[in-house]
Amino acid sequence: MYLPDFEYYAPDSIAEACQLLSQFGAKAKVLAGGTDMVVKMKNELLAPEVVVSVKNLEQLKKIEYVAGKGVCVGALCTHNDLVKSDVLKERYPSVANAARQMANNQVRNRGTVGGNISNAVPSADLPPIFIALNATAKLVGTKGERTVAMEDLFTGPGKTVMAQDELIAEVFIPDQKMTGSNYIKFGLRKSGALAVVGVAVAVQVENGVIKDARVALGAVAATPVRAKKTEEFLKGKNATDDVLAEAGVIASGECKPISDIRASAEYRTDLVRIFTKRALRKAVDEGHV
Amino acid sequence: MSSFVVDKDGIKRYAVTVNVNGSDYTKVIKANTLLVNLLRDDLDLTGTKRGCELGDCGCCTVMLDGNPVNACLVLAIDCDGREITTIEGIQDGEDLDIVQEKFIEHAGFQCGFCTPGMIVSSRALLNENPSPTEYEVREAIAGNLCRCTGYVNIVAAVLDAAENL
Ligand SMILES: Cc1cc2nc3c(=O)[nH]c(=O)nc-3n(C[C@H](O)[C@H](O)[C@H](O)COP(=O)(O)OP(=O)(O)OC[C@H]3O[C@@H](n4cnc5c(N)ncnc54)[C@H](O)[C@@H]3O)c2cc1C
Ligand code: FES
Ligand code: FES
Repeated sequence: MYLPDFEYYAPDSIAEACQLLSQFGAKAKVLAGGTDMVVKMKNELLAPEVVVSVKNLEQLKKIEYVAGKGVCVGALCTHNDLVKSDVLKERYPSVANAARQMANNQVRNRGTVGGNISNAVPSADLPPIFIALNATAKLVGTKGERTVAMEDLFTGPGKTVMAQDELIAEVFIPDQKMTGSNYIKFGLRKSGALAVVGVAVAVQVENGVIKDARVALGAVAATPVRAKKTEEFLKGKNATDDVLAEAGVIASGECKPISDIRASAEYRTDLVRIFTKRALRKAVDEGHV
Repeated sequence: MSSFVVDKDGIKRYAVTVNVNGSDYTKVIKANTLLVNLLRDDLDLTGTKRGCELGDCGCCTVMLDGNPVNACLVLAIDCDGREITTIEGIQDGEDLDIVQEKFIEHAGFQCGFCTPGMIVSSRALLNENPSPTEYEVREAIAGNLCRCTGYVNIVAAVLDAAENL
């Protein structure tokens, strides 16, 4: 298979990249790892006239802890960069684990955090765990930069609040009061399968009592969604099996899945019930964020 | 950015230099050239296979700066200045690599179409982790589909290679 012709740019700075995106408007597309875009171009779902490769933006390839603030993940980090990051292994193993469950090794070596988010696919694996950890995205455009909460970034399948000339530069995971977090992905195979359901949770537990909780669901609505009723229900409760099971029931009532080739809406709804319970149990028991 | 010429057809062609299996090659290519096509069509390195061409099967696996990637999803121009190892670069001169030897010993292939990608993924794993568990081997080759062997002999070959590195 061969790709259609396009104009190619590989800018050396973020400003230059945004300038190109602004200049060419809707004709231009950012190319990061290409694991989504090249597939779409081959399937004739996308034919950008201008491709802006971000391969030279080295400053977006780092994962760093900013003392007293949180972890900054550059948008061009690959999924395997997350899997192998010592900073994430120490502070947010749930994020490294979510990345490890994605795609296959070859795709994890190319696919990036920024591409996974910008795609805005409801089944994408990183947004739920980032939402559960209250992460934000730094967007940079020709008019300057802004910070958007991950949960407010998505507006529909394939749609985000990002402007045509904006790039995702980084994801920031703030320091937490949360004591545990977890992401469970259910796919039809262990590898190379998109999520049929993805459940991410973060909890703050003190002396067996849940002080705070965030629950984010993937692949069961037009965008990744927070299960706010479930979160409210959990606050102040003892982290018993019965309570976590009931939280699962509430969460299954909060999702609006569709039936598709991978699973029926009913099946997805029931999976949310089970995986919410299990993800909460793990986050409570493992006791590290 | 790489230098380019505008051809008669009005399309830009870029001088791209890649180091493949230890030697530098400079080729003048269009920006839409995929790495798998550069390797096969321009460099005659046909050990790297084209299968699904969508990132699912792993037949086209090569190492890019040591990490296995699907050459069918990577633009060749994005590899300018980088190092690529294909199946042709795995063996050591005339001698087969230990992974190749063990694939033969354990009958880790039948039709052989998945084998180049399978061996590149396995070798990359062993370079990074010389004593993998069975789980780690299976994880490393999960993006390499084999429709013949059922994987059992492949996994045995890689584990045996690890013990004899
Ligand atoms: C075999 C296979 C398996 C897969 N499995 C999974 C899986 O299990 N889970 C999962 O979530 N995904 C999966 N994917 C999808 C894909 O690999 C990921 O979503 C990946 O993170 C995309 O990143 P990329 O860098 O390759 O994006 P690209 O293909 O380069 O880009 C994707 C989109 O994002 C835009 N973009 C990229 N970076 C930026 C940026 N910094 N700022 C603004 N826009 C940007 C591009 O313009 C494009 O529209 C799979 C893909 C394949 C081929
Ligand atoms: S040919 Fe590249 S993954 Fe199948
Ligand atoms: S040996 Fe035939 S596909 Fe693997």
